[in-house]
Amino acid sequence: MYSQGLIGADARTDETPEFLEAFQNRIDAEEKIEPNDAMPEGYRRTLVRQIGQHAHSEIVGMLPEGNWITRAPSLRRKAALLAKVQDEGGHGLYLYAAAETLGVSREEMTEELLDGRAKYSSIFNYPTLSWADIGTIGWLVDGAAIMNQIPLCRCSYGPYARAMIRVCKEESFHQRQGYEIVMTLAQGTPDQKAMAQDSLNRWWWPSLMMFGPHDGDSVHGDQSMAWKIKRFSNDELRQKFIDATVPQAEYLGLTIPDPDLKWNEEKGGYDHGPIDWDEFWRVVKGHGPMARDRIKARKKAWDDGAWVREAALAHAEKRKARKLVAE
Amino acid sequence: MALFDAVLELADDHLVLGHRLSEWCGHAPMLEEDLALPNMALDLIGTARTLYDYAAQLEGEGRSEDDMAYLRGEREYRNLLLCERPNEDFAHTVLRQLYFAAFMKPYWEAALSSSDEVIAGVAGKAVKEMAYHIRHAGEWVIRLGDGTDESARRMKDAVEALHIYTGELFEEGAAEGIDALPSRAAIQPAWEATIDEIFGHALLSRPVVQYPQTGGRVGKHGEGLGHLLAEMQSVYRAHPGATW
Ligand SMILES: [Fe+2]
Ligand SMILES: [Fe+2]
Ligand SMILES: [Fe+2]
Repeated sequence: MYSQGLIGADARTDETPEFLEAFQNRIDAEEKIEPNDAMPEGYRRTLVRQIGQHAHSEIVGMLPEGNWITRAPSLRRKAALLAKVQDEGGHGLYLYAAAETLGVSREEMTEELLDGRAKYSSIFNYPTLSWADIGTIGWLVDGAAIMNQIPLCRCSYGPYARAMIRVCKEESFHQRQGYEIVMTLAQGTPDQKAMAQDSLNRWWWPSLMMFGPHDGDSVHGDQSMAWKIKRFSNDELRQKFIDATVPQAEYLGLTIPDPDLKWNEEKGGYDHGPIDWDEFWRVVKGHGPMARDRIKARKKAWDDGAWVREAALAHAEKRKARKLVAE
Repeated sequence: MALFDAVLELADDHLVLGHRLSEWCGHAPMLEEDLALPNMALDLIGTARTLYDYAAQLEGEGRSEDDMAYLRGEREYRNLLLCERPNEDFAHTVLRQLYFAAFMKPYWEAALSSSDEVIAGVAGKAVKEMAYHIRHAGEWVIRLGDGTDESARRMKDAVEALHIYTGELFEEGAAEGIDALPSRAAIQPAWEATIDEIFGHALLSRPVVQYPQTGGRVGKHGEGLGHLLAEMQSVYRAHPGATW
């Protein structure tokens, strides 16, 4: 196959079979690909899409948790939640920076998010309905994110791998903090315990869906594996997550809302009941309960902030002009 | 109890303003501000926590920092009206922050040598934080004041709306006659100098206020504070005695 590709951000290169093979050899030798290295256009596009989606997920993910900052039930929790949501914004920032090394700008990516061309993790299209959701999101959603992201610390693309190392450290802190919130509730008053159980009931299945469709139904799987952007299949990661999480729920005295969940001695892991793939695809296609509200909130922040960004630019221009005159 | 009241006033200022800043989280004009605004909110809430804890200790009736924050209503809150003013737009928010920080930095500097160890301890940390808030908010006031026509208009509107609340910064309130705390009135020249310096670059002028608005220190607030507290306290009050 003969197609057009890019070296780094702009220079064109021909993707001959020799080129593709040489590239694959570098990947197989576990060499890191850096921004100025030659890479197949498909590799670049896959990364732009994936890193962009990941960045958008961090940013949109600030909204469901941000929904409880003003109501956090103690000052200690309020401070911790603010810091957590701020961390997520920071993750967004490093990830946009990593994507920018591939020749797309943060503005372009933001526009794609706002007009619906770019996706973000569907989990954030569910609403946070109680304080317990703040604990559950940390425990399950950050927990699932870690399962997905730990292997990305070894991703073949250097800037993404390095961003992930930093992000994963913070995500595991979020996961522990979330679990600790749920533990406090589970050991609290009957109302608090009921709140924790209700929250687990609502977030369990969407958390399992975070790993994506079954391996047989996943479109981007094989090539991403060959390029070492992805290291484990969706089902493998989902299984790891379930196996790690079930004992944690048991320890809390909470019930996982899956009557078919049981230990399978032979495979050394849990079997789980069927995932509602209709719901999964509905939410992925933008019909999640909060999908419109999330984008509306991001769009409002962006539009309301336009005059601020314009003023910052105008001021910088004025200063530059004044400096020139002074020189 | 006079020191208790004065510490509570300070704590309320920090919590209420911190809460207002936290309302921006996820909705700021740019990602950098989605990080910077919570950063400043965290500084303020951190200071509020130390001060509530200290107030509870001075009172000696077994109340916690959370009891102080979550179980007092709007008539019992003692914060400055400036701190409770709504976010409105980014111009209002950065100006409110500048007004507050330009006061608190010299206030905490004076408190560094306080005979009260807790106050001196808070001051040590807060001086640096307030210097950052002045820098960050002040840079924005300058950018917006000397940016586009729209930003200049919004900045002027913010000055017009908020300046009437600044006189209250210099009222002694419950701190009257307490040696462990700096005189608030004495801070006024330093505050004015900071504001004038920044306003000079921002093409703004400091208005003369004929009818200042005060009343926060005696619990006479605007209507917004009740809503802020109702939201903030809702979960805590719905579960009396629960641990979080
Ligand atoms: Fe994150
Ligand atoms: Fe993440
Ligand atoms: Fe996280």
